[in-house]
Amino acid sequence: MIDLQDVRFSYPSDSFQLRIARLSVKAGETVAFIGPSGCGKTTLLNLISGILVADEGRVEVVDSDVGALNPSERQAFRIENIGLVPQNFELLEYLTIRENILVPFKISSRLRLSPESAERCEALAESSGISSHLDKFPSQLSQGERQRAALCRGLIASPALLLADEPTGNLDPENQEKIVELLLREAARIDSTVLMITHERELLPHFSRVVDVLRLRQGGGE
Amino acid sequence: MNWSGVAFLGTRYLARHRRTTLLLVIAFTLVWLLPTSIALVVGKVEEQLRSRAADTPLLLGHPGSPLELVFNGLYFTKPGLATLPLKEATAAAEDGLAQSIPIYARFSAGGHRIVGTNLDYFRFRGLEIAEGRSLVRLGECVVGAKVAEANRLSPGDFIVSSPETLFDLAGVYPLKMKVSGILEPTGSPDDRAIFVDLKTAWIIEGLGHGHDEADELDDDQRLESSEEDEAVSLNASVMEYNEVTPETMDRFHFHGDLEDYPVTAAIVVPNDAKSRALVKGRYASDSSVQLVSPERAMDELFATVFSVQRFVIWLLGAIGAATIAIGALVFLLSHRLRQDEFRHLRQLGADLATIRALVAFEAAFVVLASLALSAVGLLAIEALAPMVIRALIA
Repeated sequence: MIDLQDVRFSYPSDSFQLRIARLSVKAGETVAFIGPSGCGKTTLLNLISGILVADEGRVEVVDSDVGALNPSERQAFRIENIGLVPQNFELLEYLTIRENILVPFKISSRLRLSPESAERCEALAESSGISSHLDKFPSQLSQGERQRAALCRGLIASPALLLADEPTGNLDPENQEKIVELLLREAARIDSTVLMITHERELLPHFSRVVDVLRLRQGGGE
Repeated sequence: MNWSGVAFLGTRYLARHRRTTLLLVIAFTLVWLLPTSIALVVGKVEEQLRSRAADTPLLLGHPGSPLELVFNGLYFTKPGLATLPLKEATAAAEDGLAQSIPIYARFSAGGHRIVGTNLDYFRFRGLEIAEGRSLVRLGECVVGAKVAEANRLSPGDFIVSSPETLFDLAGVYPLKMKVSGILEPTGSPDDRAIFVDLKTAWIIEGLGHGHDEADELDDDQRLESSEEDEAVSLNASVMEYNEVTPETMDRFHFHGDLEDYPVTAAIVVPNDAKSRALVKGRYASDSSVQLVSPERAMDELFATVFSVQRFVIWLLGAIGAATIAIGALVFLLSHRLRQDEFRHLRQLGADLATIRALVAFEAAFVVLASLALSAVGLLAIEALAPMVIRALIA
């Protein structure tokens, strides 16, 4: 599913440099990325999703060499294969929760909105406990409810790979647990591979594998 | 690119920020609408004023403002215009070089001007009677199409002149006039006028009147008179007639010489170009009257109007440019504030063209909506133009 080899990446105006000798993730795995702030967890997710392109090395995701794709191919690759769940929800304040969940179908012609998509939206909202909020705007929801909505949006197109960047960072412990359980349960339902960044050690037992990104950079061990 | 998705997102954004959108649309609408509506109204005013002026060769009136004379003689406004005696008005036709049509446009009835004139006026303007007949008897009137429509008048109905001396009990009573005919609509000020014979207009003014014969009155209604004086004086208890009927018609009379009675203007229609030159020459050195060419008066008026219009449109253009610049700034600032939103849409899989199309859609919506609203506004102004023109002329 994911294979990174001899990857190097640095930001143009920053001394930060990410070096990863090897990282492999099998399909269906649920992986938690941990590590101190600034160690490169988000950069790693962005390299895997194609938001960033490695300076050197090979990033292969879902049988595609992401670094070899041109920008429009990377956009297409991302919308077709990857679901994103950001830390700050990133819901569009001018859309209702239902419209936010379905937004991937509005921004690309590669995904086609069908009656099944609408049904899936209802089902996801139902299992996430936000079905009564579908016609509300994000500002009318609590933090936990907004994160659930962001999670539904990440899963709506049944992606092969779900990338979650600290989705529990803004939530209280009770909600953190619920969100992670929900994320893993729904991802399992569609056989999606999950990579999630987290600082919460209590959540790690939920994952099949834990990768310390700092150690990964230092010598290749996970 | 998913065009329907772009339209959906753009529409939803604008709808969610409808107050800002509405303000921008209104501001842009005013930018387009103000200069174009001014140009439209001025164009319409010019068209209407010039066409009537072109159809009227010369106007004779009391010395003063040529424009006021033109407005009174052609559009029946400016009722306070100084008058000239009828004999001055008819003198223009004495040597057979021209026809003179007197006009006395001073009084009104129900908000419509009463125009005292003679039948030559109807022939000169080509006015046709749609219903009833023309003026025959004293106290009758022929009303324009709009007057008849507004007051639901038919031949045989009555219309009463507005009181001229409301707080003077001994003053002149309003005259109840019988509608003898209704004119075909012409799209000119004639549609909104009430035409009467000159004598009827003078009765409204109180220069002519009707009452019972002095011989038939009681003694107490006659005032003491000296034995040498042949004139009989009547006191205020003698009722004046306020309607000319077959029974009272003979009792209406005028004191003094009708040739000295007032008119506000006279349309002078020379027989040919040579006659026109001779008539103009004759009045060139006469300071007791003025003879004006309505077309020339309009040229002078519009020279001023156009220079003011140019300045106003230049000013509106500058304000419009500033408004557009502010609008563009609003878009840019909004775009800047939405950088996170656009970045996240890109991360989700939207390409750059989609983001640009989204911004362009929102800007285009505001511009197109304002253009559409301007078009509707222009249509409304065009429909209201006749009313605006009447208000401007009045």
